[in-house]
Amino acid sequence: MLHLKTLSEMADDLAEKRYSATELVTHFLNRIQNHDSELNAFITVTKEQALSTAKKADQDRMAGTAHKLAGIPIAQKDIFCTKGIKTTCGSFMLDNFIAPYDATLIERCNQAGLATLGKTNMDEFAMGSSNENSYYGPVRNPWDVTRVPGGSSGGSAAAVAARLAPIATGTDTGGSIRQPAALCNLTGLKPTYGRISRYGMIAYASSLDQGGLFGLSAEDLALVLQITAGFDEKDSTSVDHAVPDYSKTLHDSLQGVRIGIPKEYFTAGLNPQIAHCIHEAIKVYEKLGATIKDISLPHSDLSIPAYYVIAPAECSSNLSRYDGIRYGHRCENPVDLSDLYRRSRAEGFGSEVKRRIMIGTYALSAGYYDAYYLKAQQIRQLIRQDFVEAFKEVDFILGPTTPDTAFKLGEKTNDPISMYLSDIYTISVNLAGLPAISAPAGFSDNLPVGMQLIGSDFSEAKLLNIIHQFQQHTDWHKRMPEGV
Amino acid sequence: MEWETVIGLEVHAQLATKSKIFSGAATAYGAEPNTQACAIDLALPGVLPVLNREVVIMAVKFGLSVGAEVAERSVFARKNYFYPDLPKGYQISQFELPIVKGGSLDILLEDGSIKRVGITRAHLEEDAGKSLHEDFNGMTGLDFNRAGTPLLEIVSEPDLRSAKEAVSYLKTLHTLVRYLEICDGNMQEGSFRCDANVSVRPKGQAALGTRAEIKNVNSFRFVEKAIEYEVQRQIALIERGEKVKQETRLYDSDKNETRPMRSKEEANDYRYFPDPDLLPLCVTSEWVEKIRQTMPELPTQKRVRFEHQYELSAYDASLLAGHKALADYFEAVLKLTPAPAKLVVNWVMGDLAAALNKVNLDISKSPLSPEKMAGLLNRIHDNTLSGKLAKEVFEVLWEGNADTDTIIKERGLEQMTDSSEIEKIIQQIIDKNPTQLAEYQAGKDRLFAFFVGQVMKESRGKANPEQVNALLKEKLKGEMNV
Repeated sequence: MLHLKTLSEMADDLAEKRYSATELVTHFLNRIQNHDSELNAFITVTKEQALSTAKKADQDRMAGTAHKLAGIPIAQKDIFCTKGIKTTCGSFMLDNFIAPYDATLIERCNQAGLATLGKTNMDEFAMGSSNENSYYGPVRNPWDVTRVPGGSSGGSAAAVAARLAPIATGTDTGGSIRQPAALCNLTGLKPTYGRISRYGMIAYASSLDQGGLFGLSAEDLALVLQITAGFDEKDSTSVDHAVPDYSKTLHDSLQGVRIGIPKEYFTAGLNPQIAHCIHEAIKVYEKLGATIKDISLPHSDLSIPAYYVIAPAECSSNLSRYDGIRYGHRCENPVDLSDLYRRSRAEGFGSEVKRRIMIGTYALSAGYYDAYYLKAQQIRQLIRQDFVEAFKEVDFILGPTTPDTAFKLGEKTNDPISMYLSDIYTISVNLAGLPAISAPAGFSDNLPVGMQLIGSDFSEAKLLNIIHQFQQHTDWHKRMPEGV
Repeated sequence: MEWETVIGLEVHAQLATKSKIFSGAATAYGAEPNTQACAIDLALPGVLPVLNREVVIMAVKFGLSVGAEVAERSVFARKNYFYPDLPKGYQISQFELPIVKGGSLDILLEDGSIKRVGITRAHLEEDAGKSLHEDFNGMTGLDFNRAGTPLLEIVSEPDLRSAKEAVSYLKTLHTLVRYLEICDGNMQEGSFRCDANVSVRPKGQAALGTRAEIKNVNSFRFVEKAIEYEVQRQIALIERGEKVKQETRLYDSDKNETRPMRSKEEANDYRYFPDPDLLPLCVTSEWVEKIRQTMPELPTQKRVRFEHQYELSAYDASLLAGHKALADYFEAVLKLTPAPAKLVVNWVMGDLAAALNKVNLDISKSPLSPEKMAGLLNRIHDNTLSGKLAKEVFEVLWEGNADTDTIIKERGLEQMTDSSEIEKIIQQIIDKNPTQLAEYQAGKDRLFAFFVGQVMKESRGKANPEQVNALLKEKLKGEMNV
């Protein structure tokens, strides 16, 4: 039962040659073959590449030259460009797109010898909170297949939750890693903006997009963050900030760590059972020596409106390149240029993508720019300032990741506002560019509950430390969906 | 009614970098279509721009050369519009916060006076690709080699008052950017392009008239003609009681007229916003100072220095300073010879320039090195060569490898300066031409030239003409007294 092991255990086993990378990868490929038809977590399975990577890992390990993660399977969100392998971004527009290059994150995973099992399903162009906006169909939540896994990185979350992969990548623009992590009982990390290169990661909203990871524990995330974090000269917004040893500080004591509880995160919209789980988590941290403090993030309620101006504005421009001219979908028999543009884009994009392009185009239009885009950027500064003030008093901020547990497929598809509200606690973190982790904190009616810990810029090592300590004293993160 | 013309110019100077403004692809002109376009230039999904440092240095150099403010913080924005040769669906360009603000350029007017033209701003941006509408059977071909080529857009104040002034401004700017070595100035290849904003107003009126923008005129001559046409068109419109429309017009050089572009091409809301893929560009004052240290002497500075240091006329100085390679050549020669500057100028801008012109070579590629030129001038200066012989030597120098002294020796071309030898020849000529002598003595002064010519001919051009003149005059006078 190799899939029940953690990534850290697999790395040790491979080093000790208890089994080969080929056996490990084959095991996961078989699981995908047997279980993914129900979940729809993968858009593309890269069996041959995974096996040849595993074979190479085995050879390198025999030669003593293998990286300790060589041969560990990984699932890659289909937003990261992969050389020679189709990258769709969940869109019909890119159904035929094969990039001639690897995203920097992919390149770094490949260099370490991680074996890519496939490309995971996602909301089209990362726009969505349920994974129902994928051209390749919805992903189902392994905890209850009538429910959504969250989004936009729903495929990655479902794959790890169902143990179809021990680790997966995701991207988080407004909560697209943390929200599905919460809904699928995973540990999900959204690093500081600029910590992981965006090169080759298909842009949704450039100033908010950040690549990150899903895993079963903070310990597992630390190992993979180690190889993916760091400055990249190909991304001008990546930050040249030292990458610490993330595993080394996992065991640090939490004595004296100050944790702030923002009152704005515990209001009427929050499922009371989730509130209960968070309060239980607070008790665990108190026992571990942390100091708990009530704090306020007064502009929290402005984060969703600000986000839904800034993100669509950037997306309206980022998605202009999909014009049917150089690659991607082109309509049949266009009569003229305008027809080529209109039909290629109308046919290539789904409705949520079109909605956001239209919102964004409107917000940037002459006469509206000041009232919308500029105002939203000002609000963004206020939100960031809230956090800066809070971090003068506390080291971390703890709250719920989502207002509710996984909802039913189709439940919110006709109510975008309600869908947008599922990211109410996560969005402000993107607006402020901060790192945050969602980690398992209990259950409500047999559905996972996530807690979110937010840190200051580049505090990933500390964040992983306080989650790891929590996971040493709780076992929520070890719970698995039935049938795994 | 008397009308005043008001012109402001926007010049797109292609910066002479090896690679593109946001990618590592080459910028060389004339490559096979789509061989110099990388994933970033083609706007494939997920790629990101990274600013070319060289481009910033070039913009700063330009800013310093026109006495402008180099902004400590400038911002790249996205100009959004759809066009097939615009791969991203937006052009990255500086909008609200350009890198160069203010400044001015002094231009020489026809009457010899200097006019100061204000420069509003200069900003960095990327070029688009090219749409090719011919040879594709009703389809359009796209060449993305040019996509992402760095441009510096230089915007003037509406300070120019005639087509001639506009051309003078353009020529001055053209010289400047080549001096700074930030642009090759090749107008045929589109490295230096110009849009002209033209309006007219009744003389004495302060408010500006409605302007039309003439796009992409690619030679100095066409700029002049396009503006002249446009001014007449606008005046005629107003005098007929109609109004000038604010619009973008294209100049048709075949018909010599401007025509409005289709409104579809201009009615754009570009939805500018700061590009989130690029951080604000910060140019510290330390960096600006470093760049200042590397600045070459500018045309105006050079002109003034030449006038003072070498006592050249304003005309000679400005002609030389207008062409950096020519000025460099002039100074190189001058260093190697005691000949006076004026003599050097005459030869460099006279015979040498003419010879280069004939074979269409730039001075920088002159087959005649400054050393050889100096060698020739040395012998003119010390009277070894007469002007006529010098021209003969120049021809030989131009053709081959020999140097002046060798040529003189081989061909026996030294000037004859020995008076007794010259007198001998004079005597021979007088003796041979009794008839002419008689006529001269009878008062036909014009025949003096005949005698000079005969003497020069006899000496095969080697006799010093001044000496010939003096000695001949004396001799003929003597003959009269006999």
